[in-house]
Amino acid sequence: MAAHRFGVVVFPGSNCDHDAYHAVKHVMGQDVRFLWHKESDLGGADAIILPGGFSYGDYLRCGAIARFSPIMKEVVRFANAGGHVMGVCNGFQILCEAGLLPGALLRNASLRFVCREVHLRAENTDTAFSNALTAGQVLTIPVAHGEGNYYTDRSALEELEARRQVVFRYCSADGALTPESNPNGSLNNIAGIVNRAGNVFGMMPHPERSMETLLGSDDGIGVFQSVIQALSRRETASVEV
Amino acid sequence: MTFKATVTVRRRPTILDPEGKAVEHALQSLELRGVARLRIGKLIELHVDAADADAARATVDEACRKLLANPVMDDYTIALEEAGA
Repeated sequence: MAAHRFGVVVFPGSNCDHDAYHAVKHVMGQDVRFLWHKESDLGGADAIILPGGFSYGDYLRCGAIARFSPIMKEVVRFANAGGHVMGVCNGFQILCEAGLLPGALLRNASLRFVCREVHLRAENTDTAFSNALTAGQVLTIPVAHGEGNYYTDRSALEELEARRQVVFRYCSADGALTPESNPNGSLNNIAGIVNRAGNVFGMMPHPERSMETLLGSDDGIGVFQSVIQALSRRETASVEV
Repeated sequence: MTFKATVTVRRRPTILDPEGKAVEHALQSLELRGVARLRIGKLIELHVDAADADAARATVDEACRKLLANPVMDDYTIALEEAGA
């Protein structure tokens, strides 16, 4: 199967861009290139990753300024045309600020920057970002953020749940949704969501840091494998048409 | 004309403000009596060149809606005055 091309956007202050690049290229064996935030062309990418970090120093609000980078116009256009976009950590914050995902990420309820492994339960495995997982599967993946407290108003939250847009929730090691397993105070233990169309995804934990057992966990592979499978299926479908 | 705008951005009252809570607790540990409901927001000042106050306010309002405040979680107010020479 031919490799798919991923684009990893680099904002001033991104610091997980090389991890994402490594995960996609060396672990998953795909084609990948960096996309500088001032570029206005996605370089023929089949999928876009907005990596973690502290774009623009987190000034004003996390992700608020990155959203206006020249490349984001193209990312929004790509997403609106059905392209797969995945944001991790600061990338998730940027997608919310850009209006590509609903809600916002507030300061952690504890007020502390939380940097540790957490457990995630796969809630909806019918998405382009989770199809390689089984429903209820528990992943161990690290978080590293000060503003990961997912918030939206009640009606938007109900809609999010009704449409099964919650992909991952924080849970205990055995998959129970407990307040203790929620590292940041997120509503309904939400760790990752997709948009209504299912092509834009954001999560606070870092799958790109969980790609090799040597480094603690390779549970992040499933997320990238899912995207690759989704891209392959789409390719096959378009050939058949 | 040049106007000076002062924008106050606040988290909605229904949203937990952990930073405000922490500062409130610190004040209480100073044994300052009667201190409660402390919340922290942002104050942003900017100058705007515009034909009149309405035009200036419209520009600042757009700035708030598009960038300075997040409609999901923030409320904002705008105070406008003519800037001195």
